[in-house]
Amino acid sequence: MTKNCHNDYKMKFSVDDEFPDLTKHNNHMAKALTKEIYAKLRSKSTPSGFTVDDVIQTGVDNPGHPFIMTVGCVAGDEESYEVFKDLLDPVISDRHGGYKPTDKHKTDLNFENLKGGDDLDPNYVLSSRVRTGRSIKGFTLPPHNSRGERRAIQNLSIEALSSLEGEFKGKYYPLDGMTDAEQEQLIADHFLFDKPVSPLLTCAGMARDWPDARGIWHNDNKTFLVWVNEEDHLRVISMQKGGNMKEVFRRFCVGLQKIEEIFKKHNHGFMWNEHLGYILTCPSNLGTGLRGGVHVKLPKLSTHPKFEEILTRLRLQKRGTGGVDTASVGGVFDISNADRLGSSEVEQVQLVVDGVKLMVEMEKKLEKGESIDGMIPAQK
Amino acid sequence: MASSFTRLISKRNTAVLLAGLGAGTAGFLLSENSSLAAEAKKKLYPPSSDYPDLRKHNNCMASALTPAIYAKLRDKVTPNNWTLDQCIQTGVDNPGHPFIKTVGCVAGDEESYEVFAELFDPVIKDRHNGYDPRVMKHPTDLDASKITHGMFDENYVLSSRVRTGRSIRGLSLPPACSRAERREVERVAVTALAGLKGDLAGRYYSLGDMTDKEQQQLIDDHFLFDKPVSPLLTCAFMARDWPDARGIWHNNDKTFLIWVNEEDHTRVISMEKGGNMKRVFERFCNGLKQVEHLIQERGWEFMWNERLGYILTCPSNLGTGLRAGVHVRLPKLSKDPRFSKILDNLRLQKRGTGGVDTAATGDTFDISNLDRLGKSEVELVQLVVDGVNYLIECEKRLEKGQDIKIPSPIVQFRK
Repeated sequence: MTKNCHNDYKMKFSVDDEFPDLTKHNNHMAKALTKEIYAKLRSKSTPSGFTVDDVIQTGVDNPGHPFIMTVGCVAGDEESYEVFKDLLDPVISDRHGGYKPTDKHKTDLNFENLKGGDDLDPNYVLSSRVRTGRSIKGFTLPPHNSRGERRAIQNLSIEALSSLEGEFKGKYYPLDGMTDAEQEQLIADHFLFDKPVSPLLTCAGMARDWPDARGIWHNDNKTFLVWVNEEDHLRVISMQKGGNMKEVFRRFCVGLQKIEEIFKKHNHGFMWNEHLGYILTCPSNLGTGLRGGVHVKLPKLSTHPKFEEILTRLRLQKRGTGGVDTASVGGVFDISNADRLGSSEVEQVQLVVDGVKLMVEMEKKLEKGESIDGMIPAQK
Repeated sequence: MASSFTRLISKRNTAVLLAGLGAGTAGFLLSENSSLAAEAKKKLYPPSSDYPDLRKHNNCMASALTPAIYAKLRDKVTPNNWTLDQCIQTGVDNPGHPFIKTVGCVAGDEESYEVFAELFDPVIKDRHNGYDPRVMKHPTDLDASKITHGMFDENYVLSSRVRTGRSIRGLSLPPACSRAERREVERVAVTALAGLKGDLAGRYYSLGDMTDKEQQQLIDDHFLFDKPVSPLLTCAFMARDWPDARGIWHNNDKTFLIWVNEEDHTRVISMEKGGNMKRVFERFCNGLKQVEHLIQERGWEFMWNERLGYILTCPSNLGTGLRAGVHVRLPKLSKDPRFSKILDNLRLQKRGTGGVDTAATGDTFDISNLDRLGKSEVELVQLVVDGVNYLIECEKRLEKGQDIKIPSPIVQFRK
């Protein structure tokens, strides 16, 4: 309603005149979007007014990324994934290992199903973290939502989060309104998120009206954290120092389910369906939206010629300790699950737990000057 | 169903309607469904829930946009479906600027200035010294022969330049245009420019297609513009689809330059080293008139009306859209405490030699007219000519140890 691409006026022009020049582009959207698909979708819009040009703008404006193959398109609301399936289904398939439009996604937030995970060696595993996102039904997503919607999301989130008790009791800090002291503390705790500078996000309209209705909630223990109105309605993070991923995952599952109950009571449950799992802004986060990972010291293994292959076989990815757009520092890596869609939360965290355990064993072997050739895993 | 359909049609102008019907009714039916959803949403979110938080803001839009005006305009659209929220997004996202009071709103099309007049009129009044578009008329005068004393002392003036913008009527402006519209602007401009002859004959360089060598030459000539990085522009959606349909045209003599699809449909620049402002302005007027004639031959025209003069994306550039200026050395005068006051009274502004967002380095300043609307091109250029000559006089007097006088302030508008 607030963002409108005057779609009907553009229909005056031919498909050839409107079709974006993607010849220098390398992202999932550019690979999938043919003139035929564009011609089919250009006259459509979701009930809230999101159009295919809105979906692809970020991918048109950002031809490529140095480290990763970007997605290049976003959803503006839950219906985007339906209305624009002719584009988004191939993007999803390409991004999520051949996931088909007929496939079903399994959700499993039962932390008791996780085996082990409480014994990762803290001499190597410095910290453990699990994050996901949640979208609230009945509101459009960050690329599209109005100030009124964003504020309603914030108010609902504050209400839900303030009712949490016990280990989840905490406080909300609106981005616009925190004191300098609060801001310093949030930065020191590595909790504060700032206005997006990445053009991947700004070109998708996600930084509009900053910092209106954005904020951070965390529990008093500083182990459970929720970001409100950044790249998704909610980003939920459970974390702690050391290697007890089991505990991190338990807190994650319990906290998420408590929050979900409260939103449901207000008739604003989370966006979810049995094909795509949890609906989030970026198609890369569909399914579980889960990134479970550790900061782990692997100075020897990371320089081993088979490091990349080991990661691939374990279905893991590496990042620098600054997050998605950074390189590693001092042999410490952020290792997390590569998959999001087509496997459950428990399955993905299990891969992290098992994979990191194995890699730490490998690191120890390499320290002793021994070979790890016998330990190379099969493809998971 | 018929009544909501006709309600939808009544908001559009005939040309768009007829073309739209030709494109097939499926598009209209679908948007009818969205218009029903939009109606429901308007009830759920009253204007007060969407009113931006402007308490920390200092720009013309924030000064003018009351909750009452927002409530009145939020649900209106121009014939191209451009909304108020889109006009003001840049001002909401950018609370203030260190050097200047920014405007904080942009037009998406010619009609924005009418449909959202309740916001744009006070913004225009604020920015243009009390010019009231409801009652006043803007004079256009591109007769360069009227300029007197337009040759500066080249011991002081290093270069002279006049720029303006022109928009092609019937196509949306850079914040709103689709890729097809932008490519059409490029086609119209480039076709017209190809018709220029003599000292104006030149060449077009598309930003996306130029060779490395061409790019380097354009950089060396200080002609190349790059993707906007200023959030004032990016938050106003002007960098979308970069570099599609953007380019630079210049004549072989490198004294007349056109930017295509940067912040406006076209930016027209006449410049030379040295102090011959009269000749720079003559070429400016001559070039503009020829380009206008060439586009008219093909059935196009520039956006212009007698309230607002030439229609451009940013309200600050309405009227003449003209910035006439020089790079001038004023080592003694610039250190005199009366310098700012002298400039103010002469209706001149100083900038660094890097342009609007830069500070001056050393003794060389970019001095240009402050005003755009309410005075004609000839009046503004004469004002710059007289003003710069006065500044040079002051500099010479200070060199000789003589005293200088602050001139009386120039009258704002002819009543």
